[in-house]
Amino acid sequence: MKNVELQTYIEYLKNYDGPEVTFMEVCGSHTAAIAKSGIARVISPKIHLVSGPGCPVCVSPSGYVDRLIELAKTPDTTVCTFGDLLRIPGTQYSLNEAKGQGASVEMVYSPMDVIALAKEHPDHTYVFGAVGFETTVPVYTVLLDEIVKERISNIRLLTALKVMPPVIGWLCDNGAHIDGFIAPGHVSVITGSKHFEALSRQYNIPFAVTGFSPKELVLGIYGLLRMWEQKEELLAKGDSLTKNFYPSVVTTEGNTIAQAKVEQYFEPGPAVWRGMGEIADSGLYLRDEYAAYDAGSRGLDEDHKINKACRCDQVLMGKISSYECPLFGKVCTPLTPQGACMVSSEGSCYQRYLNR
Amino acid sequence: MIITMAHGSGGAATSELIDEIFAKAFDNDVLNEMEDSAVVPGSGRIAVTTDSFVVTPLEYPGGNIGRLAVCGTVNDLLMRGATPKYLTCGYIIQEGTDSELLKRVANAMAETAAEAGVKIVAGDTKVIEGNGGIMINTAGVGFVPDGVDISATKIAPGDVILVSGNLGDHHATILGSRMNITNTIESDNAPLNDMVAALLENGVDVHCLRDVTRGGLATVLKELSDSSKVTITLEEEALPLNPAVRDFCGLLGLDPLYMGNEGKMIAAVPKAQAEKALELIRSAKYGEAAALVGEVTEGVDGHGDLLVRTAIGGIRQLDVLQGEGLPRIC
Repeated sequence: MKNVELQTYIEYLKNYDGPEVTFMEVCGSHTAAIAKSGIARVISPKIHLVSGPGCPVCVSPSGYVDRLIELAKTPDTTVCTFGDLLRIPGTQYSLNEAKGQGASVEMVYSPMDVIALAKEHPDHTYVFGAVGFETTVPVYTVLLDEIVKERISNIRLLTALKVMPPVIGWLCDNGAHIDGFIAPGHVSVITGSKHFEALSRQYNIPFAVTGFSPKELVLGIYGLLRMWEQKEELLAKGDSLTKNFYPSVVTTEGNTIAQAKVEQYFEPGPAVWRGMGEIADSGLYLRDEYAAYDAGSRGLDEDHKINKACRCDQVLMGKISSYECPLFGKVCTPLTPQGACMVSSEGSCYQRYLNR
Repeated sequence: MIITMAHGSGGAATSELIDEIFAKAFDNDVLNEMEDSAVVPGSGRIAVTTDSFVVTPLEYPGGNIGRLAVCGTVNDLLMRGATPKYLTCGYIIQEGTDSELLKRVANAMAETAAEAGVKIVAGDTKVIEGNGGIMINTAGVGFVPDGVDISATKIAPGDVILVSGNLGDHHATILGSRMNITNTIESDNAPLNDMVAALLENGVDVHCLRDVTRGGLATVLKELSDSSKVTITLEEEALPLNPAVRDFCGLLGLDPLYMGNEGKMIAAVPKAQAEKALELIRSAKYGEAAALVGEVTEGVDGHGDLLVRTAIGGIRQLDVLQGEGLPRIC
């Protein structure tokens, strides 16, 4: 993109004076990229950018964390997981707090680190806290491939895996007033843009598959706004309301090899999203033939708030911005998180706190 | 040889360890006296500092914990305008450590000390239970020349902020090593004597120097803006970055502004001297990628702010690092 074009798009977004519009991003990396770009202060105040349920750690219910803690307190068992998950509050404690009380918890940088641990200590059980969306699930299939190939019997997965299209549909069905979606860039690399094509046809809402640099964000948001403005004409012509502004890495069909691997190990099922409740077919669970590797991932539906005033659920649905939560920046900060959105580095409150 | 608890006994094995490794590596007239304390010449305004070093892995591309332990303390002395002179070092060694590794660490320490013009004049070793780890504490003494007054409180509206080179190299190296990621990134651990001397000897009115270590540039500058109640505005596009580190951060969702270095500093100097100071740093050892990255203006409502003007003209307000800088998962 030439700088002249970029400047034209920025001017258009800055001078927009039509009806108020609300665009939602549903990818944690977009949440972080948008906050870091400072774009909200560049564009017209009539364009609202809200964060959806795009952070996999933030949407995992407290019952999932409780189960991880229970496992970490089991003799001869260690829970391994990514750093962000350590701080997420369960009903009573976070994994970090449980670790301080003697639970066996280890932070790893890659799921593959567990293989080395399991081989070194064959009499010890390692449970991997596997959270993530479509982007991360293929990584777990690589782990599973290795476990199966090497006949490793002391690794289990406690999964909280989720997929995006059902929750976007759920938001559209449940009164979130969204005029357009910035489609998740990394997820789209795996799934392809076709899922969003289907959603945009079903709900007549534009989707822009967008990259992560400030310039790509400008292009994506500009594209979204133009589609929204021209929606009636586009629909009348039968044109698509999904546009791929990230063609360097996203295709229509996505990564079919990764999709096949995910299909081999996992099947869809209902999943509870923190603060939102159960959404049909929005979770992924190990298939029956791989049940031996599962640490009891189904039915972890309990979902407690640690602070009654916490409005994470409404933040995740894009109904309020982080600033409208009475706890934000006061009792709820990254060092004293009252809800999940303030914990993860991809959480919308965390990013808004750091990049005010 | 593998280090065992006997090497910490204070007996024959301890003497062997000290003679074979540390005395050989650090060899100098003061240390060789092997007295209970070192007596060294010096007077005037004395700068004193101490730092402990714990890093995994102990050896990484571009350096090891020995080099790090010298750079960290030497740079802390330099940031007050002091000329570093003497170091002490305390080693806490876990049993199971290979003495060859210990030699490499001690030798790197000796080489870096020679590069930085400091003598290691006193030392101590302890052996503890464990599994082959090494922790090092160094304390440093330096002398501040007359007329030199560099401090965090002197940063003022009208100053510019210079950074002496690429951000995040050390942090990316350590994280990459831990994650077994192969790339070309090397730690920038280095003593910054040359660039500090260049500024002070050529009449630059240096208001403030800070080394950019843990927490990264954002944390360092936010602390400065808070303590001096000024607004610091950075230009995102001016921030110097090694492309490999930029991509590494992009891949893992890390922010270079919060990634640590071990051989970079910021300098706050009056705007009128910006070009001169930048040229001096660029001509000095380890300063070739230096850049002017921001300006200092009056604080708003009596408090300090750190802002970044982004590539698209947005303004981002930064805070100090919260928690740990962890890679993202999606």
